[in-house]
Amino acid sequence: MFLQQIANALALSAVYSLFAIGFTLIFGVLEVITLAHGAVFMMGAFAGLIAVTKFNAGLASTLLVSMIVSGLAGYLIDLIAVGPLRKRKFHHLAPMIATIGCATIITSTYQGIFGAEAYRFPFDFVPSTSYDIVGIQLTLLQLIIIGISLFLMVVLIFFLNKTRWGKAVRAVAENPRTAALLGIPVEQVFRLTMSISSAFGGAAGVLTGLNFNTIHTFMGGPILHRGIAVIILGGMGDIRGAMAGGLILGFSEILSVAYISSDFRDAISFGLLFLILLVRPSGIFGKVIERKG
Amino acid sequence: MPELITSFWQTYNTLFYTVFVHGMLALSIYITLSCGQLSLGNAAFMGIGAYTAALLTMKAGAPFGISLIAGGFLPAVVALIIGIPTLRLSGVYLAMATLGFGEVVRVVILNMEITGGSLGLNGVPLKTELWHLILVMGILIYFFIKLRNSRFGRILEAINEDEVAASVMGIRATYYKVWAFAIGAFIAGVAGGLNAHFTFFISPREYGFEPAVDILTFAVLGGTRTLWGPLAGSTILTILPELFRFLGPYRLALNGIILVLVVLYLPNGIVNRDTFTNLKRFFKKEENA
Amino acid sequence: MLKGEHITKDFGGLRVLGDVSFEVKEGLIFGLIGPNGAGKTTVFNIISGLLKPTSGRVTFDGRDITNRPPYEITGYGISRTFQNIRVFREMTLLENVLVGMHRLFSYSAFSMFFDLPKKRSEEKDLREKAFEILSIVRLTEKADLKAESLSYGEQRKLELARALATEPKLLLIDEPAAGMNPAETEELMEEIVHINGKGYTICLIEHDMKVVMGICSHIAVLNFGELIAEGSPDDIKANPEVIEAYLGKEELSA
Repeated sequence: MFLQQIANALALSAVYSLFAIGFTLIFGVLEVITLAHGAVFMMGAFAGLIAVTKFNAGLASTLLVSMIVSGLAGYLIDLIAVGPLRKRKFHHLAPMIATIGCATIITSTYQGIFGAEAYRFPFDFVPSTSYDIVGIQLTLLQLIIIGISLFLMVVLIFFLNKTRWGKAVRAVAENPRTAALLGIPVEQVFRLTMSISSAFGGAAGVLTGLNFNTIHTFMGGPILHRGIAVIILGGMGDIRGAMAGGLILGFSEILSVAYISSDFRDAISFGLLFLILLVRPSGIFGKVIERKG
Repeated sequence: MPELITSFWQTYNTLFYTVFVHGMLALSIYITLSCGQLSLGNAAFMGIGAYTAALLTMKAGAPFGISLIAGGFLPAVVALIIGIPTLRLSGVYLAMATLGFGEVVRVVILNMEITGGSLGLNGVPLKTELWHLILVMGILIYFFIKLRNSRFGRILEAINEDEVAASVMGIRATYYKVWAFAIGAFIAGVAGGLNAHFTFFISPREYGFEPAVDILTFAVLGGTRTLWGPLAGSTILTILPELFRFLGPYRLALNGIILVLVVLYLPNGIVNRDTFTNLKRFFKKEENA
Repeated sequence: MLKGEHITKDFGGLRVLGDVSFEVKEGLIFGLIGPNGAGKTTVFNIISGLLKPTSGRVTFDGRDITNRPPYEITGYGISRTFQNIRVFREMTLLENVLVGMHRLFSYSAFSMFFDLPKKRSEEKDLREKAFEILSIVRLTEKADLKAESLSYGEQRKLELARALATEPKLLLIDEPAAGMNPAETEELMEEIVHINGKGYTICLIEHDMKVVMGICSHIAVLNFGELIAEGSPDDIKANPEVIEAYLGKEELSA
């Protein structure tokens, strides 16, 4: 029973981490909490759903489609709403408010198109086999979710550490002004970051849709709350922190549902978050970074 | 003609009431914003106020006025308690901490027996009348006008502009921030109490993340530099979806579009301090012409 | 009056101040000079409570004020200005000064709400007083303008007025000449002497020696976080260490 919970917790944590990694990257680079990240996540899930149901896409292409759609959404959000705010000196909350506007537009448009009902992937999209790995029963679906999440996160970390553009992203996160002086096209880096991070959000959307086998237009809200909790747990802007934060949240949720009460699942994540903020605002792993803007 | 008015009123009086309540909520966040603090806890304070007031009326048979005041005091006390550790945080961290607090409140309400859990409270007596709303709103507007030109208003503004400079002026910033937070909570709580007594039904869902964000958008859309800004913002964002009811679910997209446009093109909100000077100048020109 | 004893301050691994001791005597103008980056502003930040020293202590009128919060230190009678002017830009000049005077106000929120006579008379009296303070720096005519509409030099003066409004015994002035032309600087120095004449003790930071030589009665020189010389302006001018360490000769002859 306990081992089974571990399997569930791993799958849940993987998706949380995947969602939060983009969320935290955007904060680290753009210094914006993008409250549209939940909406982008939902877009990814629906894009995947359409790819599967209308075009009979396989798993890989489904994932690809949802990442492209969400990445494009992120690109557009930055192009239309967030990017223009960088050029002028505005209230530091302005970009966050702009993303609230974007989230409202996306969510209500999708509600107009898809209504409020829950959608499902076809029954046999992922065969329901399961494997025994060191005593833990993992379904194929859970393996896929964990595998894809890990793969994507590894790819992202490789990109950030080893490629030219990845290094540019890190330089901008460190200090945009210095980066600009070094000849890094800061604007493009910002937009790239929004696109990649949103694509990761989209992937998390599809995987969540598969994990619970429901997709609906309201699914962006709850994940956004959790994303916030995760990146605060891990330290805002910290990628490894987001992964660890996802694990902590996933496990504490599953274990609290299993052993305390499902009613308190949401309270666990936010109670934890509230405490962390009071005790250690920089997150469990974060260091205190002050960047003067 | 009177029949037309009566039927109009019957259709729209809830909307009209809601405009008042949203206006109060916008003012509740305005006072914390006016000392530079972004609190997303006001929906939770509204919830505490709503449940306190409703339960007092329903279970204890308390007079409406007492329920309302208690509905303001309890959130204010909670705000004082959580404000002392929380308000050391600033910017995004404060926003997230208050958001976390709000979520905790929602879940607690959801799991208490007396609040009816996720089913909510049904059958809250309909006690709120238009004059209550006008009276409370009048008091609030009077309060904010008096505040603006008092030592307290100046202190809040100084903290908002430059907390370090304010501190070397001898101002104990945290003290005033905590009070502003508590007053905001009081206002939100009273608004919650008033709201509960005309909607008949309240549930934890109304006090979660989305309403918290809505309250913030009221203030930011309208402008946070004068008290008229939040009032304008809340009125517009409340009425607009009604006017565009024919758009169905898409009508909220309109709110989103307006929000983005205002952030992009009116960074100080719809109403700011220059609005009045500009208006005066505009009318003077008309006279001269 | 103000004593710093063995103050050391590290930022991360970097030592910004090492064992700095000094004494500011009542009634005088004390100058703390040194090249940019010598740690002068750090000294001010420690005195005014914005930074905590790594070790050492600060006493004021015999009272230990080390590690006290800024608002408390202001209450003891120390006020300051900032190198990078920090007036409240969107408030009027009068309001800026009134914020500085906030400890003189005592009316309650209740008086505010009901517009009681106590509030009205207090606001009226203290507004008059604020005008007087503005008149010290000759800015009364602009009392109702927003601070951001002032010129750079005027903003410095406003900041001085705002600091005076807290009724300090000791006034810390951080690089008043920064960003000002020679004529403005001279005028401001006269202003400072004038303020000193009214009984305020002054501690002045400056990196340009010319500016302070004429008005300070006692000078301490800071270089790379260490005190390298202390004495009267003439002593300092003659001190070979000061000259060699960082001052250009032509600067001294001017």
